[in-house]
Amino acid sequence: MSVLYDLPGPRARRRNAAFGALSTVAIVALVAWIIYRFWATGQFEAIKWQQFQYEAVQLEILAGLGNTLKAAGIAAVLACLLAVVLAAGRLSDNALLRAPATTVVEFFRAVPLLILIFFGYYVPLQFGWRIDTIWALVLGLTLYNGSVLAEILRAGINAVPRGQTEAAYSLGLRKSQLMRLILLPQAFRAMLPALVSQLVVLLKDTALGFIIAYPELLYVGKAIGGRLAFDLPYVPAYLVIGTIYISICGALSAFAWWLRRRLR
Amino acid sequence: METFFAVLTDNWSDFVRGFGTTIRLFLIAAAASLVWGTVLGAMRVSPIPALRAFGATYVNLIRNTPLTLVFAFMVFAVPKLGVNIDFVPSALFALSVYTAAFVCEVVRSGVNTVPSGQAEAARALGMNFSQVLGHVVLPQALRAMVAPLVSVFIAMLKNTTIAAGFSVFEAGAIPAYLSERGQNQFAVLVWITIGFLILIVPLALLQRSMERRLRVVR
Amino acid sequence: MSIKKIATIVALAALAIAPAACGKEGTPTPSTPGGTGAAPVSDACADTGITYTAATPSLTGSPTYDRAKGAGKIVIGVKFDQPNLGYKDTQGKRCGFDIEIARYLASKLGFDESKIEYKEIASANRETELKGGGIDYYVGTYSITDQRKNDVSFAGPYFIAGQDLLVRKDESAITGKETLQGKKVCSATGSTPIQRVRDEKLTDPANISEFKTYSECVSQLLDGKTDAVTTDDAILKGYAAQSPDKLKVVGKPFSTEKYGIGLAKDDKALRDFINDALDASFKDGTWQKIYDATLGKSGSPATAPPLERY
Repeated sequence: MSVLYDLPGPRARRRNAAFGALSTVAIVALVAWIIYRFWATGQFEAIKWQQFQYEAVQLEILAGLGNTLKAAGIAAVLACLLAVVLAAGRLSDNALLRAPATTVVEFFRAVPLLILIFFGYYVPLQFGWRIDTIWALVLGLTLYNGSVLAEILRAGINAVPRGQTEAAYSLGLRKSQLMRLILLPQAFRAMLPALVSQLVVLLKDTALGFIIAYPELLYVGKAIGGRLAFDLPYVPAYLVIGTIYISICGALSAFAWWLRRRLR
Repeated sequence: METFFAVLTDNWSDFVRGFGTTIRLFLIAAAASLVWGTVLGAMRVSPIPALRAFGATYVNLIRNTPLTLVFAFMVFAVPKLGVNIDFVPSALFALSVYTAAFVCEVVRSGVNTVPSGQAEAARALGMNFSQVLGHVVLPQALRAMVAPLVSVFIAMLKNTTIAAGFSVFEAGAIPAYLSERGQNQFAVLVWITIGFLILIVPLALLQRSMERRLRVVR
Repeated sequence: MSIKKIATIVALAALAIAPAACGKEGTPTPSTPGGTGAAPVSDACADTGITYTAATPSLTGSPTYDRAKGAGKIVIGVKFDQPNLGYKDTQGKRCGFDIEIARYLASKLGFDESKIEYKEIASANRETELKGGGIDYYVGTYSITDQRKNDVSFAGPYFIAGQDLLVRKDESAITGKETLQGKKVCSATGSTPIQRVRDEKLTDPANISEFKTYSECVSQLLDGKTDAVTTDDAILKGYAAQSPDKLKVVGKPFSTEKYGIGLAKDDKALRDFINDALDASFKDGTWQKIYDATLGKSGSPATAPPLERY
């Protein structure tokens, strides 16, 4: 039950039903208008959808999806590793470790991801190192998400009741034992949903790869949409690409939501 | 080192123009997404199922779509539907549509932090709906919303850089513009980073102090 | 559980389009665009009938070549969205004048088609990629300019183009560069044409829009968000040929663009080698054959330009 209102009485029920009917009509009208715009501007014409019938184009989309998942996968693993290191630094008793870890975390959370990716792209070229564009993207994603995950991890560990730490110390456990045996298992449970949510963010952010011409899903979509011979099918291309993003990220989000309920 | 400073001083007007646009994008889109996000949030906590469903669908679709795709759709697909908007308004629209989904979630969870027992107690004291809202629920909910809202807006400020790929000259577009003139890319990027730190660090500090000051003690 | 239901439906929809097994084989040939009864236009790369055999070059003192030889492949920077010049069709095949020149040069360097790695590079990143060795050489409507010679070096030229304007078919107000004032102009970030528009103040800076590629500008032109796309006539003719009932090229070039092969700045050995190879293709008719099979189909006849060695 919401905090905002009580169970409706007969008058409120009537009013709600009226508003409900009204808003349903409004929403249906909105959706119908959008579909009409699509139809009126010829977005359902065969020529615009023709490309998707062909194996080569389907393979192109799959390859784009593969590249997206590859970049996201590598970056996710590296970001988790970075997060553990940074969180350990943030939680250290030694100020000499704590200060730099804090600075790093705050810095990478404050810089736009796009700029980090530009750094990853231009800096190696400046030194004459030949690296694939995927690594520029992975570097940016790792630094940013690693810092965010470090904060999630730290918050998770800090959320374990203080009494447990005190009890562990009084039993004679060392700090590493305390971390390993008491804090991390509980923190991990608490942070798991947040971690999965952050992975959705990471997956979505791979779309920034288009700016350095990394052939991920959105880049492929743009190439398909930009084919003049097929009457510039941007609308169909983005609908298809959007559906793929939403279903994958949606599945991950749903998983996070399920975890949150289960682990409560 | 001299060339490093020269990159900034020689191109001062471009940096000013770029960051000026960034700030303008940020302020307008922040206001728009606050309004639209609050409306959506109200829908999500309303007693009317159709509005709740609309709000939930909107949030779930937008939150699982990359912002870059929203931008691309606005700039390349929407004109094909016969709706013509200029580049800066397109960017504002994309940023607002996207950020509103996050604002909506902040509003919703802000309202949900207030235990329903408090509203029940208020009603038991004879308060009507607007009194419950004005004296009991909103004062607590708003406090719980401020800090996460600042986080959402910090994220949006950083997200304005994506507009660079869609013909808007803001801070994120400066590197490509200056590489045309053969400027040192590394120096350009460092200056842009510094610019963003100047914009974001105060916001982050503000958020931190708000979080401390406005904490609801229960 | 409505969210879950929606998610399931969406996932099923995605699965329905994902499997490659249900795809038609062959090349998609678009039927009449817009249904106006114009001749069908094909997107597919035509077979040029030109084959190259990998030579065994004697090239020493070129760090780029040594690196490519060591890696067993050559990385060539190209464009992918310029019909007749550098294009990738729906089959994933690449074709066009620049691509053929790139293939020809690779064969002279001893790399056959299977050992070529094409890398799509946006205009704004060409110098950075060449300087940093991200690519071995670049063939993609790359104009030789003195400013660029500070960062990279050029072999060639292998083609001469001129900056022109692409407009909507019904456009009558834009007839040349003087008529651009007050009009909206689009071009690619980091390209020579956009710099010329700015330097010569052909229109107000607020009217200039920039995208990564020219094809994105063409989309804006057709949507009416810009009034002209400007770049070299060779590129624009390719777009006009793909959509003849909606686009036209003004046809009054107002610059001379010498296309060169982009190379690392200090690799003189490779530059001389490529100049020799280009020279040979001019003399033995290979260049003419390539031109006739690609650009020659949409433009006018042309002859090879004189090389500018330095």
